Amino acid sequence: MERYSAFALLKNALGGHRHWPQAWRSPELKRQYDVVIIGGGGHGLATAYYLAKVHGISNIAVLEKGWLGGGNTGRNTAVSRSNYFYPESTRFYEYSLKGYESLGRELNFNIMLSQIGIINLACSRHELEIFRRWATAIQVQGVDSEVLGREQIATMVPMLNMSASARYPVHGGFIQRRGGISRHDAVAWGYARAASSLGVDIIQNCEVTGIEVSDGCVRGVKTSRGSVRTDKLGMAVAGHSTVVAAMAGVKLPIVSQTLQAMVSEPVKPCLDHVVMSPMVHCYISQSDRGEIVIGGGADTHPSYGQRGSLQSTEAVLNAAVELYPMLSRMKLMRQWGGIVDIAPDASPIVSKTPVTGFYISTGWGTGGYKAIPAGGETLAHTIAHDAPHPLVEPFSLDRFARGRLIDEGAAAGVAH
Amino acid sequence: MRIECPWCGSRSEDEFVCGGQSHIARPEPATASDAEWAAYLYQRDNPKGLHHERWLHRFGCGQWFNVARDTVSHNILASYPMTAPKPELPDANGGEA
Repeated sequence: MERYSAFALLKNALGGHRHWPQAWRSPELKRQYDVVIIGGGGHGLATAYYLAKVHGISNIAVLEKGWLGGGNTGRNTAVSRSNYFYPESTRFYEYSLKGYESLGRELNFNIMLSQIGIINLACSRHELEIFRRWATAIQVQGVDSEVLGREQIATMVPMLNMSASARYPVHGGFIQRRGGISRHDAVAWGYARAASSLGVDIIQNCEVTGIEVSDGCVRGVKTSRGSVRTDKLGMAVAGHSTVVAAMAGVKLPIVSQTLQAMVSEPVKPCLDHVVMSPMVHCYISQSDRGEIVIGGGADTHPSYGQRGSLQSTEAVLNAAVELYPMLSRMKLMRQWGGIVDIAPDASPIVSKTPVTGFYISTGWGTGGYKAIPAGGETLAHTIAHDAPHPLVEPFSLDRFARGRLIDEGAAAGVAH
Repeated sequence: MRIECPWCGSRSEDEFVCGGQSHIARPEPATASDAEWAAYLYQRDNPKGLHHERWLHRFGCGQWFNVARDTVSHNILASYPMTAPKPELPDANGGEA
């Protein structure tokens, strides 16, 4: 792998940029692998990378139905944060945020991380009280968070409607200053390039059509490009988790719903933070290209449609225009949907399954992007040792039967 | 989506709230194992294709009823009262679970 550097840029500029090597190999699918990962999004590619780098396993295939990062990795709003309520979640997501902080150097790929800070707006006195509890819970766990007053927020986010007649009056809020946004395609490509250079075979346009299980053990997978033998199979297929797990005879407590996002036309810099309003469930940021990126809650009905309903678009935009009146004059440039797999407690499932050799990473709901470094590392550990990584022990599949749920949905009052 | 309420007729989706999978039978609490009870509470079919689900006409008549809907195309194949049996319908996507 040729290292990306200022020198490499200069050298290739002199060559008219005609001689850049391919970022990753596109090999033929072999008939046998030590580990097969289904899903070439951020989580699947990161899992393969950490299996190769940390655990010394390099005979790995990553099978992707479409193209790398074409699912939820390329459809999210690229936010990273670790301001969760329960200690299990804070520990996990803080580990992931630290992973993001060093990921550009780790992968030798610029993921364009901007730690611009994430502000949660309290739109009622009661919400502010809950936020004080929430922010303090995060501080107690040693993670940065800071309660903000109304005046501070007015200075930091000048485009907010702070008038006396505002429909959603801002009473205050809290910020995690280390939270931010990055370039989601670069995360997928960076992991793919690094994994490929360690010997991982990345196979695109290769759909898994069946999983071979005998005597309760994984034996291989059937794909659109032929059969592959393997004893260890990892699944990271956000949006299709129940469909793929069913091929191995595993039922999951997951419901798939559409989550939308949208961007405005590009404008000059006017928004320096990610600003969330849990009460009306609308969050916005400004991309490096100047677009205002807007997200909200998931559609309420099960769907595999990858488009989203007009009602949800309207609800999010209504809230956005009320909170930030200047948006009302702007054009919406694009709107899209991704299918998110949501567990009953809105927490992920990184776990072994009743089928030996079948490992799953699912239930990332509306917030899988921020979990990619830690999700990949912990799933890789779980696969390599056939035992859960300590960070994901609480997120096992059997927590539902034990009644040990981690109800972040209830803690935050919004989806993740 | 336009949804056919059995009482009010065809109305816009934003008058309704989806209540998830329908026709779930509760196991006997005294004899069900933890796994059976967890499956009853948390496991849903989540099919890619034909799905039988409950909807509430919240901003209309306030009644619950059942809908058979395709989760890929969002086409509604049937709308029927809460107590009616599950209708036999063709699954355009072959019933991938």
